[in-house]
Amino acid sequence: MSDHAVMMASRRGPLHGLSLPKGTDFSLSEAPHAARFILRGDGASVAAFGPAAPKPLQGSAAGTRTALWLGPYEFLLLAPEEDATTVEAGLKATLPAGTSSLVDISHRQIGLVLEGRLAARCLSAGCPLDLALAAFPVGMATRTIYLKTEIVLWRQAETRFHVEVWRSFAPYLVGHLADALAGTNGL
Amino acid sequence: MSESFRIADTKDSRVSGRPLRFVFDGIAYQGREGDTLASALLANGVHLMGRSYKYHRPRGVLSAGAEEPNALVAVTRGPGRMTPNLRATQVELFDGLTASSQNNWPSLAFDAGAINDLAGKFFSAGFYYKTFMGPKVAGNWLWTKVFEPIVRQAAGLGARTTEPDPDRYAQFYTHCDVLICGGGAAGIAAALAAGKSGKDVIFCDEQAEFGGSLLHEGTASIDGKPARDWLADALAELRTFSNVRLMPRTQAFGYYAQNFVALSERVADHLAEAPNGARERLWQVRAKEVVIATGAIERPLVFPGNDRPGVMLAEAARIYLNRYGVKVGSRVVIVTAHDSAYRVALDLAAAGVVVAAIADTRANPPVARLIEAKAAGLRVIPSATVTDTKGRLRVSGIGIAAVSGVVVDAPEWVACDAVLMSGGWTPSVHLYSQSRGKVVWHEDRQMFLPGASVQAERSAGACKGSFALVDILIEGYRAGEEASGASGLRAFAVSGDAGIEGGTMGRLPLLPGSKGKAFVDFQNDVKADDIELAVQEGMRSIEHVKRYTTTGMATDQGKTSNLNALAIAAGKLGKSIPQVGLTTFRQPYTPVTFGAFAGANRGDLFDPVRQTPIHSWAEENGAAFEDVGIWKRAWYFPRQGEDMHAAVKRECQQARASAGIFDASTLGKIEVVGPDAAAFMEKLYTNPWAKLEPGRCRYGLMLNEAGFVIDDGVIARMGDDRFHVTTTTGGAPRVLHHMEDYLQTEFPDLKVWLTSTTEQWAVIAVQGPKARDIIAPLVTGIDLSKDAMPHMSIREGKVCGVPARVMRVSFTGELGYEINVPADYGRSVWEAVWAEGRKYNAVAYGTEAMHVMRAEKGYIIVGQETDGTVTPDDLGLNWAVGKAKKDFVGKRSLIRPDMVVEGRKQLVGLLTDNPATVLEEGAQITAASAAPTRTSALGHVTSSYESPALGRSIALALVADGRKRMGETLYVPMPGGAIAVKVVGPVFVDPKGDRVNE
Repeated sequence: MSDHAVMMASRRGPLHGLSLPKGTDFSLSEAPHAARFILRGDGASVAAFGPAAPKPLQGSAAGTRTALWLGPYEFLLLAPEEDATTVEAGLKATLPAGTSSLVDISHRQIGLVLEGRLAARCLSAGCPLDLALAAFPVGMATRTIYLKTEIVLWRQAETRFHVEVWRSFAPYLVGHLADALAGTNGL
Repeated sequence: MSESFRIADTKDSRVSGRPLRFVFDGIAYQGREGDTLASALLANGVHLMGRSYKYHRPRGVLSAGAEEPNALVAVTRGPGRMTPNLRATQVELFDGLTASSQNNWPSLAFDAGAINDLAGKFFSAGFYYKTFMGPKVAGNWLWTKVFEPIVRQAAGLGARTTEPDPDRYAQFYTHCDVLICGGGAAGIAAALAAGKSGKDVIFCDEQAEFGGSLLHEGTASIDGKPARDWLADALAELRTFSNVRLMPRTQAFGYYAQNFVALSERVADHLAEAPNGARERLWQVRAKEVVIATGAIERPLVFPGNDRPGVMLAEAARIYLNRYGVKVGSRVVIVTAHDSAYRVALDLAAAGVVVAAIADTRANPPVARLIEAKAAGLRVIPSATVTDTKGRLRVSGIGIAAVSGVVVDAPEWVACDAVLMSGGWTPSVHLYSQSRGKVVWHEDRQMFLPGASVQAERSAGACKGSFALVDILIEGYRAGEEASGASGLRAFAVSGDAGIEGGTMGRLPLLPGSKGKAFVDFQNDVKADDIELAVQEGMRSIEHVKRYTTTGMATDQGKTSNLNALAIAAGKLGKSIPQVGLTTFRQPYTPVTFGAFAGANRGDLFDPVRQTPIHSWAEENGAAFEDVGIWKRAWYFPRQGEDMHAAVKRECQQARASAGIFDASTLGKIEVVGPDAAAFMEKLYTNPWAKLEPGRCRYGLMLNEAGFVIDDGVIARMGDDRFHVTTTTGGAPRVLHHMEDYLQTEFPDLKVWLTSTTEQWAVIAVQGPKARDIIAPLVTGIDLSKDAMPHMSIREGKVCGVPARVMRVSFTGELGYEINVPADYGRSVWEAVWAEGRKYNAVAYGTEAMHVMRAEKGYIIVGQETDGTVTPDDLGLNWAVGKAKKDFVGKRSLIRPDMVVEGRKQLVGLLTDNPATVLEEGAQITAASAAPTRTSALGHVTSSYESPALGRSIALALVADGRKRMGETLYVPMPGGAIAVKVVGPVFVDPKGDRVNE
């Protein structure tokens, strides 16, 4: 062990080297690095993180922190990257022992932001859900599929979606979204 | 050619004055914007558009729509852009279109295959079956040398391109409140009603233009306006509704469960330029309500010579005239059983076409029709039948005879260049039937019509048996309102609509001894005689008749032929039509390209290709990859000039001599957390976990309920309430589901939660005597010394400054570590480890070397040493089963009599007598060197490699009573002779296990 010799490792994400579609009708970008946790257990536990416990199929935000409802006992917590240690320590200190599980999955998946008039259309190339605003309103979040990959889909605005996808499936998702955009010609 | 059959004034038609050039079978023609290929060819006097499938008879266009069985063409738009079997009636003309006919050689006009027509008696119904079952002549010579080549050559219609398709095919899911399928009068009315309701409406039609029959309706008027003007106004109104999506060129081809309807949209086939975006789009629509407004298809009449070019459906001639400004001939004869052909006659006569006669099969055609005909100076022959037609590549005459009772008089031959026939109309109940609705036979109307709705749909208009325009409009409007939950019925005033009575099915009366071929199914060349023969040979159900004769089995699925076939079979059987039954209407309604179904799911996007965070390094360093499930894993790292064998040997030797670095990121990882985590692990794995201290690891074995091994892996205890579980690469999702299943169904009382962390961590294995030296400079916060961190332990600290879980584990039998770092850091940390490793001459190794080294140590791989029937004891892993445990999944099964019986196959090592011989994995093992056939094998080889450590071949095997056979010689029978092997223990290297504890 020799502290002096240790270099700090650098990050490289799964989209390294890939170009993402950018345009006014549709643009795809990678969300900033984030601290991500899966909180399993009682929804009341979410309060210790910040936002109120989200309702089923909803996201719930407070400041820079967001909790997405994935199931009756499962929540995806998103926070700025720099909050990672404080979130984990804070929750571990606050949560009543034995009522929940907190697991860091910051690197398990990445966030993608889809924006523009054709964002919902491009998503509908692989996601069978009804993404019309009435059926999937702003604030709604769900775990679903896009073709052969699982995603978490969260509508942040009428024409803006945040998608979470496991890292090794991300190039597949990005490739299909780009292809879907090309297939919207004239729509 | 100069469009000699185009009428002078086309202002009422849908074609413009803009000329377009196109090529058919190598000949250049001119057509107009708005034409289909069929209408453009007819404008040039060309009826001959194809050869029939079986007899290669010359065929002309029969219809003007999707039901076309004859005019099948291939359209070529450059390399890889050739589409066969398109209906010329649906191909929209564009400037430069190049199309060709099919099923002929050397040319359409002279086709050598037409010999089949003369040899027709050898190709009767069931020819294929009879040939398969025929007598053996000269062995199988007749079949293999004569019939099979003929059948193979004749099989299939159209050719495919062999180049990859460069076009893009898009697929979208979409949802709507109301889906209206079919854009004719009923669909338009329904869309008007649904549009006004404000509901989300999709309105699709297969053609380029909405309007259906209104597009060629020159006589009727609606609400005081000519039908075509009314249509234009209605479409203009629909376009003002933002809630109505109008989708032309879009075929609703399949109706599935839960109002799921598939649409195929042709985006670019009508454009001269290849598309930038999608050529086609497949829409998967989930509709709350569906309106089916698919209209009706005119039925051909069955008479000898009814397939000559120039013989076509009557209404098609009216469509070509009114919609495309094309006369189908100069002198036509109309043969009809239905009123609708009279308006065809009147329109043609008004356009200057000579209508030589209207032969009406009915004894008493409606008086109104007779008056109309007389007023136009047209001759009507009642009680008529057709005895035959003349002409080779085009009809030139027709024999019309009067029928009195059952007696057919001598025919009168009438010269003509087109015969227009109408047997009445068949409602298109395809979509309704696909929705699982049961059609109902209406004896009085001689029609199958939709019965009760099974899904949220309703039919309207001609597909429901309504043929008067006013009824169609009212019904369509009502359907649109019902589907959108609106009310407020609307009235329509219609005048000038033609008669709607009449219709016949089956064949027309014949002259005694008539020999002419009367076709029922034009596309598959099925004659009326064939159907009668099928009945005569014992077929009773229409399903049997269909398969025996292939009627209705072509790509048109019998749109024009099914009811005639049914009527002929019913007549011959002396049964009613419903007693004979109706065949199933299958999706797709019209052929759909493979491209549309494949969409973007081809090539690199066919499946996700999962890559580890270290993949790019392996790629840059020349790794060969292997597929493990959908993961790409580095297989071996060949250096210049090395083959796989040499590379793997070097990797193994160097790893054992110094160290090897291996990307183990694909290992499944599950974080098991909760106060009952240890209790849960006790249930799911055979091993004891309660007393495993935090910071220690244990090899875990997972069984299914039957007691067989389904997964294994090293499991680390991170804390009292937290385990870091690893699984096999391929088993990761399965194990998580297995755990979650038991947690939710069997052990819901346990407070424990599971989270997949497979992709959270990049895993870098460093194995070999120098492993500690290599990683030590990179690690902070962990005492790596032998005593502080023994074999099978885990520590949290930092590697290269990032949080890490470092495990001391080995899958090689050497001193080894597995460094887990957050995945984004994987590549960077790998590079740092690699740089340190280079100082010790360490190698990067791939999965093949990993497999060899673990086999040298006798470590099993689940799925290779196991096949779902192997117990822990079979594998010699009883030490991993907690004897004192009260229960775990699979425990009860382990004491079943057949699980403890003598003679079970057990894991052993095998050494071949010849050390250079590498056994084949999967090879069987016998006790005798020349075992007689039917001898049961003692077992089989599960793993076999050349071992660099031993300098000879090694193998693992499952052998009956293997552990009792140590030292015995057994045999592996192979095609070249049996290979002698000696049974040994399964651990070949360092059996005492000193090296892992270094």
